[in-house]
Amino acid sequence: MFSLFLEQLLNGLQSGVMLFLMASGLTLVFGVMGLINLAHGSLYMVGAFACAAVAAWTGSFWLGLVASLMAAAIAGALVEMLIIRRLYNRDHLDQVLATFALILIFSEGTRWIFGSFPLFLSVPDFLTGTVVLGGSFEYPLFRLAIIIAGLAVAVGLFLLIGKTRLGIRIRAGEADRGMIAALGVDIDRLYTVVFALGAALAGLAGAFVGTTQSVQVGMGEPVLILAFVVIVIGGIGSIKGALVGSLLVGFTDTMGRFLLPHLFATFLDPSSATAIGSALASMLIYIVMALVLFLRPSGLFGTAA
Amino acid sequence: MKGIKTTIAAAAALLAAGAAQAEPVKVGMITTLSGGGAGLGIDARDGFMLAVKQANNPDLEVVIEDDQRKPDIAVQLADKMIQQDKVDVLTGIIWSNLAMAVVPSAVAQDKFYLSVNAAPSQLAGKGCNQNYFSVSYQNDNLHEAAGGYASSAGYNSAFILAPNYPAGKDSLSGFKRFFMGDITDEVYTKLGQTDYAAEIAQIRASGAESVFFFLPGGMGIAFMKQYAQSGVDIPLIGPAFSMDQGILGAVGDDALGFKNTSNWSKDIDNATNKAFVETFQAEYGRLPSLYASYGFDTANLLLSAMDKASVSDADAFRDALRAADFNSVRGKFIFGPNQHPIQDIYVREVVKEGDVLTNKIIGTALTDHSDAYASECSM
Repeated sequence: MFSLFLEQLLNGLQSGVMLFLMASGLTLVFGVMGLINLAHGSLYMVGAFACAAVAAWTGSFWLGLVASLMAAAIAGALVEMLIIRRLYNRDHLDQVLATFALILIFSEGTRWIFGSFPLFLSVPDFLTGTVVLGGSFEYPLFRLAIIIAGLAVAVGLFLLIGKTRLGIRIRAGEADRGMIAALGVDIDRLYTVVFALGAALAGLAGAFVGTTQSVQVGMGEPVLILAFVVIVIGGIGSIKGALVGSLLVGFTDTMGRFLLPHLFATFLDPSSATAIGSALASMLIYIVMALVLFLRPSGLFGTAA
Repeated sequence: MKGIKTTIAAAAALLAAGAAQAEPVKVGMITTLSGGGAGLGIDARDGFMLAVKQANNPDLEVVIEDDQRKPDIAVQLADKMIQQDKVDVLTGIIWSNLAMAVVPSAVAQDKFYLSVNAAPSQLAGKGCNQNYFSVSYQNDNLHEAAGGYASSAGYNSAFILAPNYPAGKDSLSGFKRFFMGDITDEVYTKLGQTDYAAEIAQIRASGAESVFFFLPGGMGIAFMKQYAQSGVDIPLIGPAFSMDQGILGAVGDDALGFKNTSNWSKDIDNATNKAFVETFQAEYGRLPSLYASYGFDTANLLLSAMDKASVSDADAFRDALRAADFNSVRGKFIFGPNQHPIQDIYVREVVKEGDVLTNKIIGTALTDHSDAYASECSM
């Protein structure tokens, strides 16, 4: 029972780390440019498809991973320059409509190129199997690799934002857009770079997740919803909030699915305990979101609007 | 005006030889063509349209719309097809939650509904309807066969897993009905869930001798890949939905050896099936899945009824459907009293033929199998 509990904790961590890759890009784009980007899930799908296609073509997962970063970043930069740029000064409803249209365009475009059937993408050979983490406790190697890679990206992102010139500009852009433009920073280029960075993170998440799930059209939307839940919990625009929110959602969802049916089984008969437990487990993160919004309307790390 | 139209129509009908056959039939197909479950709907549609194309019957018109696997959209489409397109027959729904939203009101409006896949227990027992026919199966069927197979394979316990929606509940109750051993855990997951780490951890800890899972479409792909990576080696059993032709390519060699139960397989030995597999492959460039076979059979059932009766004479048309006088890819085909098929269910194993992964029959799990709800249906 203890090792099962430990395994579930790691599963929660892994799911949280993956969510962070999605949510950080989303919150960055919102924080710096004030844009609600519904098409973020499409960039995640682009990353997964690029990885699957290149890995199938070259036989190398690593080239696939590079391709996922490149494809998502390029798609992100193009979309920003061609469409998103026109939306910064419009209200959020226009942004939602336009980026929703982008979802449809990306989905149909992907279906047009790759067809409607899921693609094959598998874990590289040396990452298959399990590792023993003390005693009889085994954990899938690939999930462990995802946790490490995701945490490394998170650290890299904090360093980028906290310690580099680009990071200073991003933070300045969040604080006052007009002022940094007046100080001679090329704001258009900064926006393109930030958008491409967010897209690349989503693409990377898509590639990682694609190895354990189904690479198919429309895979981005369920994750997008979770990513929105994360940034609402964490506080829109805050990277730290995105990290805390991701982990909270990851742990809540995993532990809820695992523990709630057991909890109900202590006082209900097994079949209704399973039914009620699983129904409640799928609502749990939204209940957490509602609670957070009730106690802190601008999110855990958000600044009051 | 309406009177004139009717008169002209009647005159035209008199002039045409074989008046009954000349009556056009309009079919509305509501199926999932985008999003996570698209592969299933596309296969059902392609199978259906293949039969339509082969029959080349000018009196059959088909309207196809995408339900996006969303019940509200399916209901809107059904309303539009009934009121605006004036369809006579509805078909195409893949998912049971959508079927429950659409079928009862459609048959109440005197439309025929022919199911190419979803067949929830609610529509097989007390909720059965004379205008509702399931060509595929009753939801529990393949899972019952899996339960029977698990027992005969000597497994004394099973961990069972399905999504939390009507077909998922039918699935687990079907499995339990025929499985003699103990159920260690019974887990419902969210429909459309993509990460199964929490469930696989429970499987690892359960100590069960076998795992039964019903996860159609992308859910099955995700589960199989994650299960293979997890290092858990408890044998898996499932219905064919967890490992249909559309899934196999995406799962890859990890699927080899997986045992699944199906009422159709591409190696069922009869001329209709052989021709179906060949023409499907020639037309679409891929192997058909069981969903494609259901679509194909549904269209041929409909065409056989059109040859016998006019759709405006609902009673005659219904009798013609009940007779099921067509060549099924499953060989024999008869409807039971609740208008669900009575059929054989096979055990298949995933094998590699050249470079292509596919399923091969290794035995028969249930013969002339009906369903558990037929006795509750009074028609």
